[in-house]
Amino acid sequence: MKQLSVPHLIGIKNLQKKDLELIFETADHFKEVINRPIKKVPSLRDITIANLFFENSTRTKLSFELAEKRLSADVINFSASQSSVKKGETLIDTVNNILAMKVDMVVMRHPMVGAHKFLSQNVDAKIINAGDGTHEHPTQAILDTYSMRAKLGDLKDKKVVIIGDILHSRVALSNIYALQLLGAKVMVCGPPSLIPVHISKLGVEVEYNLEKALQWCDVANILRVQHERMDVKYFPSIREYTQLYGVNMHLLNKLGKEIVVMHPGPINRGVEITSEVADSEHAIILDQVENGVATRMAVVYLLAQQIKRL
Amino acid sequence: MGKKTLLNAKEIEITLHRLAFQLLENHRDFSNSVLIGIQPRGVDLLNKLVDILKKDQPDLTIAQGQLDITFFRDDFRRREEPLEANRTSINTILEKKRVVLIDDVLYTGRSIRAALTAIESYGRPDDIELLVLIDRRFSRNLPIQPTYLGKQVDALNDEKVMVDWKQDPKKNSIYLINKPV
Repeated sequence: MKQLSVPHLIGIKNLQKKDLELIFETADHFKEVINRPIKKVPSLRDITIANLFFENSTRTKLSFELAEKRLSADVINFSASQSSVKKGETLIDTVNNILAMKVDMVVMRHPMVGAHKFLSQNVDAKIINAGDGTHEHPTQAILDTYSMRAKLGDLKDKKVVIIGDILHSRVALSNIYALQLLGAKVMVCGPPSLIPVHISKLGVEVEYNLEKALQWCDVANILRVQHERMDVKYFPSIREYTQLYGVNMHLLNKLGKEIVVMHPGPINRGVEITSEVADSEHAIILDQVENGVATRMAVVYLLAQQIKRL
Repeated sequence: MGKKTLLNAKEIEITLHRLAFQLLENHRDFSNSVLIGIQPRGVDLLNKLVDILKKDQPDLTIAQGQLDITFFRDDFRRREEPLEANRTSINTILEKKRVVLIDDVLYTGRSIRAALTAIESYGRPDDIELLVLIDRRFSRNLPIQPTYLGKQVDALNDEKVMVDWKQDPKKNSIYLINKPV
């Protein structure tokens, strides 16, 4: 029967193809719900969800919060900047304190890779990963593949290139896993210093020339240059990066075919993508945001379904 | 497994016609009415009623929709089997409309309660009526009664009413079976 095969959403790596398909199918229904005059269903009215953000986030946090509220869950928010974490409390203590207030589900973003797995083994609540360090960001990959599927249909044998800072990107890793589950072909493209050395072992192609990569693909998923994660210089200057890896209209016009342009946000306009491209009909960046709410509703709903009531 | 026929094809035909014309009598030209089938089986019934009405009055325009109540059910997380959602498609605001909810079998009334809540998401209708083909009386959990009714039956809790629509209307039937254990 239709249930997720996992008790928590830690990463796409733990999912099967049928899990993604179930999430997509459920998200289709929720997309209809969030387009109603009253955009709310009462399913989760007796569930409480804590959104714990140990790292900054605007859109993921808003998107999760909205998804939870559209399902009628009670929501509490927590950001590390205003908390006792600074006073030296451990992660388990922080979370157990929150769970003592009778919370059923935890949506967490944490700078430490594996924090969610660790938590899922040590506390009694459903855990959803909203980003762990440079590891995985499963709901972003779910909404990205959902948006591609909405635009292109079945993703089997579709070609997707992920462009930019692959080294620091949790979006890239989760996207690679999700796309491969769905049968798509994946390429990564960026400056050699920002491509992990052994990435081809994941079964992805590597291309250092942006024009060739765009010529190859059906979808270009352009990542943000993450200045905040770069403790050393990975490329000489922003200007050089833009010249070599910035996607602009001139490049797209030269292709002689239509490709879909995506970006997980926030956009550095004029760096990895020009305004002209970001606002063009090629880009489905705002569809991604809308689909983010619907797919997160699906994930939260499907995990909540596993919480048995007495 | 025992199987007892409640309505045969001929009787179903007569009942559907009666229900269609009762609707016509109350809603006249359907200009302010919306017929809503509850997914999945109410939608089949809705389509059959609309076919009959259109055949009799080809000029009639009838606003219709399909409503899935999964996310409004009161047994979420209380069942062994997870709930599976279906498509909702209501392309009109129901504010100040006359709504007729349509389902094949009325049993505990809980689906209808969920549908009444779900309908609120589309505005505040002037009134909401309920049309069912089969009413299993004495088994209601909630104070809900149909406005239009095909046939009332007495059935035990371990029995199930099956409405079996076939391609060929002459093979339609409604019967009672023992629920598989």
